[in-house]
Amino acid sequence: MDFLLTAIIQGLCFSGIALGIYISMKIFNIPDITTDGSYTLGGAVTAIMFTHSLPFYTILPMVIASGALAGALTGFIHTKLKVNALLSGILVMTSLYSVNLTVMGRSNLPLRDYTTVFTWWKLLGDVNQNSLLMLVVFVGLMTLTIGYLLKTDFGIAMRATGNSESMVRAMGVNTDRMKIIGLAIANALTATSGYLITQFQGFADINMGIGVVIIGLGSVIIGETLINWLGILSVWKSLAVVLFGAVLFQLVLALTLSLGVDANLLKIVTAVFVLLIVGLPRLFTKES
Amino acid sequence: MIELINISKTFNRGKPNEVNALHSIDLYVEIGEFLVIVGSNGSGKSTLLNVISGNIKPSSGTIALDGRDVTDRTDYQRSRYIARVFQNPLSGTAPDLSILDNFRLASLRTHGKGLTIGINEGFKYEVMEKLSLLEMGLEHKINQPMGTLSGGQRQAVTLLMGVMANCKILLLDEPTAALDPRSADIVMKMADKLTHDFNLTTVLITHNLKDAHTYGNRIIQMAEGRIINDVNEANKAKLAPTDLFGWFV
Repeated sequence: MDFLLTAIIQGLCFSGIALGIYISMKIFNIPDITTDGSYTLGGAVTAIMFTHSLPFYTILPMVIASGALAGALTGFIHTKLKVNALLSGILVMTSLYSVNLTVMGRSNLPLRDYTTVFTWWKLLGDVNQNSLLMLVVFVGLMTLTIGYLLKTDFGIAMRATGNSESMVRAMGVNTDRMKIIGLAIANALTATSGYLITQFQGFADINMGIGVVIIGLGSVIIGETLINWLGILSVWKSLAVVLFGAVLFQLVLALTLSLGVDANLLKIVTAVFVLLIVGLPRLFTKES
Repeated sequence: MIELINISKTFNRGKPNEVNALHSIDLYVEIGEFLVIVGSNGSGKSTLLNVISGNIKPSSGTIALDGRDVTDRTDYQRSRYIARVFQNPLSGTAPDLSILDNFRLASLRTHGKGLTIGINEGFKYEVMEKLSLLEMGLEHKINQPMGTLSGGQRQAVTLLMGVMANCKILLLDEPTAALDPRSADIVMKMADKLTHDFNLTTVLITHNLKDAHTYGNRIIQMAEGRIINDVNEANKAKLAPTDLFGWFV
């Protein structure tokens, strides 16, 4: 059962990416793939700050700021220079590879026995259970913040921007600025996932971000399917369902591996799984 | 209220597909005036409206709203004066947001969108009260997504949303073009009522000559980027519907 617990922890770690993709893709309707880069950026910043023994509480703000900067850059290229959103993301993601390599100084940076977010408060004897508890608190706070933000007047303007741009501009909203802020938030969340995963696995790696966007995408699509099925309208429930999607995604992958599927095939299993969740509902709705 | 001085607009200047959409237009619309603009397709009506709203920048000339020069202001900066209803019912509202959220956004048109939760019981009550004016039963559906409403309902709601914040100018770009006759009638009557009740300056573009005859206290006809007919209130009352049809022959 231990692998299930690990999968749940991983899923919660990835909830930042899931929320990030939910914001960029569902709320702003922008396909943002800066994710691969900003996730690794979060990991790289975390690892380098740990190994330089910087105060623990300064790491998370720094990770959030760096992710936000990456997202804002994508947003700026997309809105001000009028570059296609996908290409803007690719450009920033590509250049982040060099940035991350420079930040880390080498391609892999292990963390020694530092006090991490999972261990700085020891309530439960079992390491994994304690990690899970800390993570639930962390993700809970993160989700509350985002949920509150989306409920505010600013959040309504955010949600409307991806929904009906002409209307939002007529309501006096600078949609360019709104998109830049939105992508900054999305990538700050993604970088936070990098922060969590790096501490969980105990190292940052330059290639840790490859294909990570599909985890967020898969989680959001699971969430979206459920949102449509259950007819969810509330912001809070939508966020909760997206988090559930992130955990379910990892559980399915863990179960697949436990069935004895070659680990080398993990990425193709991931891709097929996402294809199934995207494709199956479409097939079913066609019949009805 | 709306003052256009020597406004010209040329699209694709210097290219083979150059279009002179507006030729040095001078237009003054008074406070409380309900101006109807008619004209064939390509006569420059929509360009004129978009120049007023700031969606299109004029090639030359100046625009003043409420006595202030706004020529260099963007559309979202001008929105403190202007409420718009678009031809497409889908453009004026956000379909996936609830009716309540849409109204909240509309009520903040002239304000910043802050980091506080602005929807409270008082606000809900205000929205329900406004919606009951429409007599469509929408006041009981404020938590429904806007997208579940019909086109006619959405246009009527868009109009109401326009007056949630202190708007002075109402721009209507063929608001009833996509609606069935009954919904179109409700929307036009609502626009007329709001113009009177809130002393708005309204500009309506329409291809429906019956509406053009029924509503408004001034009518202008445009052709090839120029104003070729301008009929004031006293004379508009004397116009027969057939006179308007005569303009297009």
